[in-house]
Amino acid sequence: MDKPFAITLDPGSSRANHTGSWRTSRPVYVDNLPPCNRACPAGENIQGWLFHAEAGAYEAAWRVLVRDNPFPAIMGRVCYHPCEGACNRGTLDEAVGINSVERFLGDEAIRRGWKFDPPAAASGKRVLVVGAGPSGLAAAYHLAMLGHRVTVREAGPLAGGMMRFGIPKYRLPRDVLDAEVRRILELGVELVLNSKVEDILAAMRQGGFDAAFLAVGAHIAKRAHIPAGDAARILDAVSLLRGLEGAEKPMLGRRVVVYGGGNTALDVARTARRLGATEALIVYRRTREKMPAHDFEVEEALQEGVMIKWLSTIRQAGAQGITLEKMVLDEKGFPQPTGELETIAADSVVLALGQDVDLSLLDKVPGLEIVDGVVKVGPDMMTRHPGLFAGGDMVPAERTVTVAAGHGKKAARHIDAWLRGTVYAPPAKHADATFERLNPWYYSDAPKTVRPTLDLIRRQSTFDEVQGALDEGNALFEARRCLSCGNCFECDNCYGVCPDGAVVKLGPGERYRFDYDYCKGCGICASECPCGAISMIPEEI
Amino acid sequence: MLKQIEGSHAVAEAVALCRPEVICAYPISPQTHIVEALGERVKSGALAPCEFINVESEFAAMSVAIGASAAGARSYTATASQGLLFMVEAVYNAAGLGLPVVMTVANRAIGAPINIWNDHSDSMSQRDCGWIQLFAETNQEAIDLHIQAFRLAEELSLPAMVCMDGFILTHAYERLELPSQEQVDRYLPPFEPRQVLDPAQPVTIGAMVGPEAFTEVRYLAHAKQLQALELVPELARDFKAAFGRDSGGLVRPYRMEDAEIAVIALGSVLGTIKDTVDEMRADGVKIGALGITTFRPFPLREVRDALARVKLYVVVEKSLAIGIGGIVATDVRMALAGRLHLRGYTVIAGLGGRPITKASLRRALGEAAAGRLERLHFLDLDRAVVDQVLAREKEVRRSGPIAEAVLRNVGVVGAKIR
Amino acid sequence: MHQPIKFYQTGTHTVGNRLLKPEQRTVQSDRSRSNSLNCGHRACQGCGEALGARYAIDAAMSAARRQLVAANATGCLEVFSTPYPESSWQIPWIHSLFGNAAAVATGMAAAMKVKNRGDVRVVAQGGDGGTTDIGFGCLSGMFERNDDVLYICYDNEAYMNTGVQRSSATPPAARTATTAAVGDAPGNVFGQGKDLPAIAMAHGIPYVATATVADLHDLEDKVAKAIAIRGAKYIHIFVPCPLGWGAAAHDTIRLARLAKETGLFPVFEAEQGEVTGILKIRRKLPVEEYLKPQRRFAHLFAPTPRPEIIARIQAIADRNIRRYGLLDEGAR
Repeated sequence: MDKPFAITLDPGSSRANHTGSWRTSRPVYVDNLPPCNRACPAGENIQGWLFHAEAGAYEAAWRVLVRDNPFPAIMGRVCYHPCEGACNRGTLDEAVGINSVERFLGDEAIRRGWKFDPPAAASGKRVLVVGAGPSGLAAAYHLAMLGHRVTVREAGPLAGGMMRFGIPKYRLPRDVLDAEVRRILELGVELVLNSKVEDILAAMRQGGFDAAFLAVGAHIAKRAHIPAGDAARILDAVSLLRGLEGAEKPMLGRRVVVYGGGNTALDVARTARRLGATEALIVYRRTREKMPAHDFEVEEALQEGVMIKWLSTIRQAGAQGITLEKMVLDEKGFPQPTGELETIAADSVVLALGQDVDLSLLDKVPGLEIVDGVVKVGPDMMTRHPGLFAGGDMVPAERTVTVAAGHGKKAARHIDAWLRGTVYAPPAKHADATFERLNPWYYSDAPKTVRPTLDLIRRQSTFDEVQGALDEGNALFEARRCLSCGNCFECDNCYGVCPDGAVVKLGPGERYRFDYDYCKGCGICASECPCGAISMIPEEI
Repeated sequence: MLKQIEGSHAVAEAVALCRPEVICAYPISPQTHIVEALGERVKSGALAPCEFINVESEFAAMSVAIGASAAGARSYTATASQGLLFMVEAVYNAAGLGLPVVMTVANRAIGAPINIWNDHSDSMSQRDCGWIQLFAETNQEAIDLHIQAFRLAEELSLPAMVCMDGFILTHAYERLELPSQEQVDRYLPPFEPRQVLDPAQPVTIGAMVGPEAFTEVRYLAHAKQLQALELVPELARDFKAAFGRDSGGLVRPYRMEDAEIAVIALGSVLGTIKDTVDEMRADGVKIGALGITTFRPFPLREVRDALARVKLYVVVEKSLAIGIGGIVATDVRMALAGRLHLRGYTVIAGLGGRPITKASLRRALGEAAAGRLERLHFLDLDRAVVDQVLAREKEVRRSGPIAEAVLRNVGVVGAKIR
Repeated sequence: MHQPIKFYQTGTHTVGNRLLKPEQRTVQSDRSRSNSLNCGHRACQGCGEALGARYAIDAAMSAARRQLVAANATGCLEVFSTPYPESSWQIPWIHSLFGNAAAVATGMAAAMKVKNRGDVRVVAQGGDGGTTDIGFGCLSGMFERNDDVLYICYDNEAYMNTGVQRSSATPPAARTATTAAVGDAPGNVFGQGKDLPAIAMAHGIPYVATATVADLHDLEDKVAKAIAIRGAKYIHIFVPCPLGWGAAAHDTIRLARLAKETGLFPVFEAEQGEVTGILKIRRKLPVEEYLKPQRRFAHLFAPTPRPEIIARIQAIADRNIRRYGLLDEGAR
């Protein structure tokens, strides 16, 4: 076309005009640490696996999940999910049901028989893991994946530790536990049962191990001094819960008093109901707000008819019953006796006052630091003795399955580095993905899906699992409630909202890049990014 | 084919023979009959394919034509007087964008005072807008000029205005030779736009041009229009070959061979002038006439050459540049630059439809020949009336509207206006 | 079998959504979008009109299978996109005058018809000045004749190109260069303004719609619908102007969202003069939320707060909400 001079122009020729020179601040893509990931004691990349679950890619989601934690089905039942407490969606409506999606993925993996990826090339190193609880098994899994030969020695007759002997079946069915343990063993991990390690250094020497991870747990029940007559039947929570795994069911009687305020106390009381107790009464010296047990467990227990006596201690137990003393909280929140007494009838008293660790295997190890009955470890989970690492309930930490699994992972990474003569440096943590950085407008309105629960009659009489699972539709819905805080989930908003067409879309999984030749720095992309994955930074002019 | 036909209808037939594809129509006298006739042809299917659009204003008429032309359609509209002024912004725009729209202007005076009769004020107001302006002397020429105008406009990619005197031509019935479709098709090839809005080859038409290139754009517009000075005579020659008639061209001399006096004019008044020339020649006056057919671009060389041997010239024009005088006369003077000894007169005549009579013309030309005519003469001006108004205005500060004052003095309808 | 899962994280709120089927995604999310208004244009930072124009024309290009031509009125959009020697337009595009875009488009549509190129769709576009004021006559003519043209008005509520003067789309109380924020009745008058969508509907044309740059799916759906209809179509798109409104450049979309959520800009569509669709308010907000971030309304808050003027603006929003039924029962 013979175009008239100046008046008629070639299409799109304005690309010659680089408007990027107008800019005083520039957008940059960031990856911030979502609160769920930050809160997860096992260091799971929750947002990462939710991303795949959102798309219905459950196996991919599961594979991301098990990079950090080999127990999705167990976690989906017993984890106290601090992730949900931290979830930014909680500010919007309700936290994402991360735990139920995790359980769905775990169950799906069992149902479909998904196996772990093949481990790394064999390192030729051998590691001894002492204790087949969550921490030991997690360490064994990660060490095996890293290419090391692992032997797990377990004092008890079955693997699982507190997952089997501390958590009632109605919360964690044993076939689920068995399936996830089996999958670890299939990696070639050697499990030796009924094999208590008496002397760790001797055991290492004899077995030719290059390192050891100790995770013997805390199985010795703490006792309180309660004056008791012969008639009073007093037992401890650990023994009771362990006894449930045997053939003979423990005898508790009609009226059971449980002493303590932790989750174990609630487990015991709820177990007592299932064993036929008509009255299960928890006696706790402080108030509900101060109770260490999780609120939902208290709630479920109350639904099942468990009663709780707040601000009370047991003074004595006898044939006629037990005597309680009423307490008050002082200004610091500590309970103080009032002298006011009350007697109630009880067929048995179960003490759920916490557990101690059997540290006898360390007796011959010099130089260890032991405080309050637990072994101190460094940030690398190593004790003062080189090559000897420890985790789970035997080190100072919160005693949950998830923390224990997290210790196992962390220890495994440090053991791996130690075995290779290097130091494991965890990647630097990103800045927090705070709620304030989000643009919540863009998320669909969707309250949390409620997991189905077993009907009450069966909860009071059987050990069937109380919490049901989400079906696929619900799990998908729940996964899609994730806001993807702080990390691009490829919603195309920046690509769309730029008035200057200065965002280049790189394709699925590749995200975007800014074309600074044209970006004028208006900041609409940052304002309209739903998940706060764009920051504006001043240009150096 | 010879036909007894009204000028407007003849023009409509000629335009239809040019196969316009988009016609925009907005009524204004005295152009209405043209688009009415075209509308009927489109409606009946006689003219197809063609879109006939009844627009809501002349501004829209020209705008629709711009859009249609830019999209590659041969576009036509017609207007007059106030209508032309109402579309001015778009008139300039069509020229600036180089879109070969063809428009008939049925010349008519501009108000106020409102006046529907003929003069050239409307077209003259647009002499600098970048359009080619052709003035028809007769209805036959009006027909022929339209056919030539489409070819001229499209070859140059410039819009062209065919100017014909309102009523005098548009409403006159006479015997005219109308060409056949085959003849016109042979003469006028299909429209091949220089630039077109085409999804297959996108362009941006109508950019904003700043000081860095505006002068060049304007220079090029000028240079392009000057190309018409070469092309117009060629097209007229081709036309004669195809249709057997002399029509168009740049200028049309009449009995100028040995003329000492030249009368210069545009449009239908040339007929009266030629009759007057004949009469004066019979009386022994060496007088001739020069018709200017192509007013824009202005044929400076042809006018200079035509007047090379005259001693005196009189421009008779139907428009007035208030505050200076003649418009055509100014351009003629430009053509004659350097010939200071030449006596030139401007005769403003026929404003607002006032008849231009042979008698008056002859009187004025005689005065000019005798050297007694004012350099700027208003033909048949009622001197008494204007003197009276001027005198009254000197005395009375608030003398009221001039038009009413004149009417009052003339004693027509305004006698009771106080 | 599973029930269909109807929840898609961000649904259709975001520009794209990997969870939606490709045919449910926006034109803008597509890497092969036309970018009809290309990079390098000279619009201000955060220009709502530049954004709205690319949204609309890309959508039109997609709906018209890239057989599209456009006429453009004089104004910001024209000036910032086509200063010699560079054009941002990637489509056949013509600028003629300020007040004639609709008529030029009529001519283009007529040409396409006569050339048997009915597949080529014609768009005319202009700002609120070129549409509601100077181009109103041509626009009304185009409507009345039912010419096969989609006219898109990018409404930023004043003459921005010339330096923020009032247009008949300027809202009451707004400060512009010709409605100073002084005196007892600061800013623009409380008139009816010129409700162009309603006027377009009064012409009984096949399709009229309003949209904002904050609801891309809605905007694109409307453009696609309009392109598919023969006859005159009108889409009025609300495009905030950071410069003219005295707002932050990054607030462009937010302000458009607030205009809709407060009820000040009703988003609806109408066919043959009857309202057929409403985009409901999702989270109703008081008009202050919309007014406060804009300096053109600053005089309503300081130095002397003018609650009575704000109440009148709220009344306008409430009237829109009533008139168009913008709120769902039980909406937040």
